Amino acid sequence: MGAQLRLLRRRIRSVKSTAKITRAQELIASSRIVKAQQRMQAAEPYEKEITHAVSAVLSNTSNVDHPLTVAKENPATAGVLIVTSDRGFAGGFNANVLREAEALKNHLAERGIEAKPFVAGRKGITWHSFRGREMVAEWSGFSDNPSYGDAKRIAEALIESFKDEAGIDEIHIVYTRFVSMLTQSVQVTRVLPLEVEETEIEPTEGPMPYYEFEPTAGDVLDALLPRYIESRIFNALLQSAASEHASRRRAMKSATDNANELIRTFTQQMNQARQAEITQEISEIVGGANALADAAAGKE
Amino acid sequence: MAKLRVGVVSPEREIWSGEADMVIAKTVDGEIGIMPNHAPVLGVLVEGGVLRVKRGAEGDLVAAVHGGFLSVADNDVSILAEAAELGDEVDVAAARDALQRAQASIDAGNNDAEAEEEARLEAKRARARLRAAGEDI
Repeated sequence: MGAQLRLLRRRIRSVKSTAKITRAQELIASSRIVKAQQRMQAAEPYEKEITHAVSAVLSNTSNVDHPLTVAKENPATAGVLIVTSDRGFAGGFNANVLREAEALKNHLAERGIEAKPFVAGRKGITWHSFRGREMVAEWSGFSDNPSYGDAKRIAEALIESFKDEAGIDEIHIVYTRFVSMLTQSVQVTRVLPLEVEETEIEPTEGPMPYYEFEPTAGDVLDALLPRYIESRIFNALLQSAASEHASRRRAMKSATDNANELIRTFTQQMNQARQAEITQEISEIVGGANALADAAAGKE
Repeated sequence: MAKLRVGVVSPEREIWSGEADMVIAKTVDGEIGIMPNHAPVLGVLVEGGVLRVKRGAEGDLVAAVHGGFLSVADNDVSILAEAAELGDEVDVAAARDALQRAQASIDAGNNDAEAEEEARLEAKRARARLRAAGEDI
């Protein structure tokens, strides 16, 4: 009996310390979501403007044949940028992204396109290397607080490979979109070749004004498109970072709740065991006393 | 008189937005001045340029703009800079230091072409920051 009590006490102690850790993680994550959300909002004007500028150029030039906008006739390979987190403790965050990336890979395979993974985030990298999958490029160390420089590095690698004849023919991004504190959904988007119709600006403003270009439309497009892709990737990284914190907060909250629940049941069991022990001791004493009394009565 | 609505944005944040009478920026073709009712323009800005926003009574807003674009349409002027710094945010000592280091690296002359190019760019940026801060170089 005493052994069971000790065992329960030990388990309660260990669950309590786990709960403390998960609770702390939860609080850290919640404070970071706010920061990540602010960064997302701060990056919004730039992204809006650059999308606007790209659609302005594309609507002004009748024959767009920039290498970055032309779809290759027989795409054979596609680069897939998979945005995962560096640390775990975030519930199904990385598993969801990787599952969606697998689905995309199968989907591309049906079209006869080979998917080449470009992976950001340590979790995605280990997932790939554990399975012996080859990665074209990998980046890590910034998933919870990405800077524009990180997006630039990624974009450079992707664009270079896209421009290369023997390189990739399409670019897709798989990332987690931050819809709200409670909802984050995995998003698969194609970045290149650019779909001219696919602009986020509502067509309500009518036809675009006729722009003058400094120096020429081609040069502006040359400079603009890489920036546009960088900004799309930066947006994906920021969304992913905010989502990572949100799912970590949720995962840690349910872990804390579970730990508290466990503590409650263990405490109950422990009290029961203690009570049982006391009851047994009392009945032993009473039984002993009765036996003594009976023996004494028999002697007389 | 009509006013320009000006926004200076970098990928990480919106640096400044407000109304102005005139915007002067430096594109790869040369300086360009934008006044209200200007025709729509999309221009590529030079690395290490200085942007001047004339606001009338409030005085000029000066910023160092490193690369990026200028887009004008319908009295909306947006400056999309990869990196930008307002004149009064510039750390003058740090900029002077950066300029000196870059200059020393160019003067030493024992760099490969790429490193030299990098140093030249660095010097250009530092100069733009100093000019934006209203310092003499």
